[in-house]
Amino acid sequence: MLNYILRRLLYAIPILLGVNLLTFALFFMVNTPDDMARIHLGAKHVTPEAITRWKVEHGYDKPLFLNAAAAGLDKATDTLFVEKSLKLFVLDFGASDDGRDIAREIGQRMWPSLAIALPTFLVGLLAYLSFALLLVFFRGTALDTGGVILCVALMSISGLFYVIGGQYLMGKLWHWFPISGYQPGLDAWKFMVMPVLVSLIGGIGDSSRFYRALFIEEIGKDYVRTARAKGLSDLRVLFRHVLGNAMIPILTGVVVVIPRLFMGSLIIESFFGIPGLGSYTIDAIQAQDFAIVRSMVFLGSLLYIVGLVLTDISYTWADPRVRLE
Amino acid sequence: MIKPVLLWSDALILLLLLTVAALVWLARKNDTFRAPWRQVMASRMGFVTASILAVYAGIGLLDSMHYVERLPSAPGQQAQYSGEVFSALDALLKPLRVNVEKTYSSPLATHLYAKETVQGPDGVERRDYPPLKYPGTHLLGTDKVGQDVLYLSLKSIRTGLLIGTLTTLIMLPFALSLGIAAGYFGGRIDDAIQYLYTTLNSIPGVLLIAAAVLVVQVQIEAHAEMFNTAAARSDVRLLALCAILGVTGWTGLARLLRAEALKLRELEFVQAARAFGVTDARILLRHLLPNVMHLVLISVVIDFSGLVLAEAVLSYVGVGVDPGMISFGNMINGARLELAREPVVWWQLAAAFVFMFVLVLAANLFADQVRDALDPKSRGRA
Repeated sequence: MLNYILRRLLYAIPILLGVNLLTFALFFMVNTPDDMARIHLGAKHVTPEAITRWKVEHGYDKPLFLNAAAAGLDKATDTLFVEKSLKLFVLDFGASDDGRDIAREIGQRMWPSLAIALPTFLVGLLAYLSFALLLVFFRGTALDTGGVILCVALMSISGLFYVIGGQYLMGKLWHWFPISGYQPGLDAWKFMVMPVLVSLIGGIGDSSRFYRALFIEEIGKDYVRTARAKGLSDLRVLFRHVLGNAMIPILTGVVVVIPRLFMGSLIIESFFGIPGLGSYTIDAIQAQDFAIVRSMVFLGSLLYIVGLVLTDISYTWADPRVRLE
Repeated sequence: MIKPVLLWSDALILLLLLTVAALVWLARKNDTFRAPWRQVMASRMGFVTASILAVYAGIGLLDSMHYVERLPSAPGQQAQYSGEVFSALDALLKPLRVNVEKTYSSPLATHLYAKETVQGPDGVERRDYPPLKYPGTHLLGTDKVGQDVLYLSLKSIRTGLLIGTLTTLIMLPFALSLGIAAGYFGGRIDDAIQYLYTTLNSIPGVLLIAAAVLVVQVQIEAHAEMFNTAAARSDVRLLALCAILGVTGWTGLARLLRAEALKLRELEFVQAARAFGVTDARILLRHLLPNVMHLVLISVVIDFSGLVLAEAVLSYVGVGVDPGMISFGNMINGARLELAREPVVWWQLAAAFVFMFVLVLAANLFADQVRDALDPKSRGRA
């Protein structure tokens, strides 16, 4: 198994290199550092000298791939690609375009992100699975039909509606929670409840419908009939057999997102004013800070690949027949 | 006098319509193709949702016939055209478009929503709700700058539909060619294609889209002289958004198609064709492609609703359509802070959400019907 994991992690290198090249091409070749300088300087201050100065200040004044002016090995290493792109591999994110250390920001901001994303994930998984199991338990009845219709209606509503509506009802009208903001420590829960609740309601339609479909497919199989014939109760069949056997597709969708919980949610964090990585990213997008966007792309890919490996490992736990060789 | 204008997106819509028409014409005699669709239209749900979608599509089409108006000029002078592009829908809704109030007014109101200093009939100034210029005509009220909300909602439809359909149009060639090739040829080709889609998949979706849109934005600003009207500029930005969504969004369908092709290539009819010496190209086109078409259709209708919803979120993040373009996302974005006002300005948000909800709900339910008809195994599952 260790062998397998190592091999999978090695396979991650070409993928991360691909991500790296892609973002590098987008941000340095399609969009040259000159374009970047122009945006940051603003239309009024664009002079050739100002652009050169901005590029020197932010370390964008080197050639892309080959530095002909340098000597020896520096020809290949003293370039933008190595400085700005390859260094991400050792998690050296460098400084953002406004001069702050990106790694430090990530270290600080991942905790508020996690405080929202982790409860959302855990409670959500439990709630969606329970709701789906409830519908399957009452399959074929009016409750099931009504539940499915509710799911389709819920998933047809824009996610922004839940956020705006939730803030209006729970924050402004009922004064249950502060509308937005965050505070570390014991009082954090006050700021956590509303974003978590809103994300839960926003996700229930899609996920529960998907899980219900999985269970319905599983429940039509022979082993379920056998289990029932043995005299097992409906509930026991549902929880032990159906849930257990539907585990693989559930894990496929669920485990891969776990590492990315650190990065938070763009929409939720920016609406609720959570100082996490999601709002960091959205601020960077709006301020056109390419250094941050590039770092977040790389971090996201890295975490995704970790998630894929975790998914494979979780299969062996869910199904003893799976062997990682 | 008017002169028709063909924006890039209009041209693509035309292409899409012609393709669909050609497909329908080719398949009109073929019972295998017609049977599932007849089944969809025979069910009450299928018929109702298809009708709703048709109404939306009709509004979108009307809004895609663009023209510019000729400016009055002296005889003998060369014709001059206005820089503002209108559509057939604008012409139909002219009263809604030009009857602009000063600021917010609630649905069917006769007075503005906020008090102002007005002069009474006796000449005395006092604080009161000023009367509207066109009282009782704004069915859904007016927005911050006094535009009719119903007009804005109807205009948003085209943007939503375009994102939902053109993205698919751009995505399909990638998904079809790469997905089937990976499954059919296997080996090195499969490895390369799998590498490609794992790489694309590993990048967080919104970030990849954001990155690409930022780049496009800079490029449009750098080549501003290429676009003579604001409509042409926001049109190109919309197309770029569709292209980006398409290029990043093909991986899901491609993976499905790869798995299906992997299965199909071992089946007898494909093996037989190969034994007869039929070329790979012909096998792919005649034997594999028709047998994966149901998967393609199902995923097209399922993706549609997701894309309409995605537009709103992306426009909120600031990487969606041009801020000057009328779209559901921009409507919501412009009105989301107004719930904090006293009294609450709710009608603009409500209109955008309801128009979007009806479209997406109809599309979702229609997709279910299509899936049930084309893939009988899935019946009753969801």
